[in-house]
Amino acid sequence: MFRKHSAFPYVLWSAVFIIIPLLLVAGYSVTTKDSQTGEVLLSLENYQKFFDPLYIKVLWRSVRLAGQATIICLALGYPMAMILANMPVKKQRTAALLFILPMWMNFLLRTYAWMSILGKNGIVNRVLEFLHLPQGHFLYNEGAVLLGMVYNFLPFMVLPIYTVLTKIDVSLIEAAEDLGANAATVLRYIIVPLSVPGIISGITMVFMPAVSTFVISALLGGGQFMLVGNLVEQQFLLVNNWHFGSAISMILMVLILISMAVLNRYDTSSEKEVNMI
Amino acid sequence: MSRWLKRIYASVIFLFLYAPIIVLIIFSFNAGKYSGNWEGFSLKWYQALLTDRSIMKALYYTVLIAVLSSLISTVIGTLAALGIHHMKPLRKNIMLNVNNIPVLNPDIVTGVALMTLFGFFKMQFGVSTLLIAHITFNIPYVILSVLPKLKQLPADALEAAMDLGATPWYAFRKVIFPEILPGIITGALIAFTLSVDDFVISFFTTGGGVTNLSIAIFAMARRGIKPVINALSTLMFGTVLGLLLIINARSGDVTELDV
Repeated sequence: MFRKHSAFPYVLWSAVFIIIPLLLVAGYSVTTKDSQTGEVLLSLENYQKFFDPLYIKVLWRSVRLAGQATIICLALGYPMAMILANMPVKKQRTAALLFILPMWMNFLLRTYAWMSILGKNGIVNRVLEFLHLPQGHFLYNEGAVLLGMVYNFLPFMVLPIYTVLTKIDVSLIEAAEDLGANAATVLRYIIVPLSVPGIISGITMVFMPAVSTFVISALLGGGQFMLVGNLVEQQFLLVNNWHFGSAISMILMVLILISMAVLNRYDTSSEKEVNMI
Repeated sequence: MSRWLKRIYASVIFLFLYAPIIVLIIFSFNAGKYSGNWEGFSLKWYQALLTDRSIMKALYYTVLIAVLSSLISTVIGTLAALGIHHMKPLRKNIMLNVNNIPVLNPDIVTGVALMTLFGFFKMQFGVSTLLIAHITFNIPYVILSVLPKLKQLPADALEAAMDLGATPWYAFRKVIFPEILPGIITGALIAFTLSVDDFVISFFTTGGGVTNLSIAIFAMARRGIKPVINALSTLMFGTVLGLLLIINARSGDVTELDV
């Protein structure tokens, strides 16, 4: 009795609040509303509009910044994951806990923290003043947005790599060493290849939120700085053009689907590490 | 040499992660306005925080939505997990994929999609829409924490209990439920934390003056530095630390808890 019907409320809920909203967004994206008659017409105008150089520039900037943030996170995060994974078990637990602790603090507060550090009257400028160095404008530029992305998403890169590294069979490394491999060879031919699933999830988990963010760019980039996320926000909340906003959302979703498909091709492991929880 | 290098590297990364938070906490006790000039110890920003009507209201809505959405999503999610666990492979697969949509989709897409739905059906934006949105993004996480516990159960546990004379409901209560309870509680805690922390989806699905803390912070931060936010950060960091310690004590391995 129980097992048959107990999923019913969720089947209904997910149909109404997960499936239908996405269908509506898809519907809005391929229609336009005539401003005079109020007539809703089927058209691809919204997508055509997006291919204006103005919007393509915004898209390219989002992809480029998210890509840069992902590369920096990987470069900084891989060694950190190795260090964490090689710690003695007791210390490892505490260190891992310490590492994810900042992630549990409100995302906006973490971003705001950098505003108060980099701002005109922030701590960086005070230190420069103290050292008699010229003060600078560190906030409201691309560098600040990139820093915000790296800061917020670095743990997303380290954790999956760390998890995979702790599962590597030590005897494989020992075998390689017995056969005369030095540390660099072990790293290159054993550890890195075996950690590819972790790297893939890490890249996914950094790139996805970075490319779709609008908070980091709104706070650290200032009002003028536009990423795709800001475009969507603007269309839905300011301009009130849901049709164009929906088209941008669809493009964002497709972009993410494509990057996931590309990444999955590199994930050669038969057993897919699902890093959800 | 290499040991020292590792230590220095790890310290630098930890410093990078913690420095901003520590700066916020320290300067929440600053008498002055800017995080650069220490003008003496003061609790005035905490005082300002506690008398700030809009923040207190946002706090009220944050807690209200978090409590309600985590309770409701725990009930629906646990029932759904029980149902999904016994589904035929095809239906099970479809449900699991649908369940993954809010988890994998960017928050902003989930947010505008729900906004479109509420707008399309001319719903009044406010507590109810906010609550529905939070339940929607919480349920998948409840399901994902209950399902593994169900998989660990011996397949014939329920039958065995019923062979021994238990009614189905009694068997569920005494055999299944205690076994999956840890998963349910973990799911509820994740749901609660996600709800407290959410900004993007809430931003698009609320209205009528209903804001949560994240939205209040965003509105303030957009206008520049406000030391009241520092005081708020300190209090929230303390709360989160407490919550995390509870979850950690429960689940044993906290690193597996994260998204």
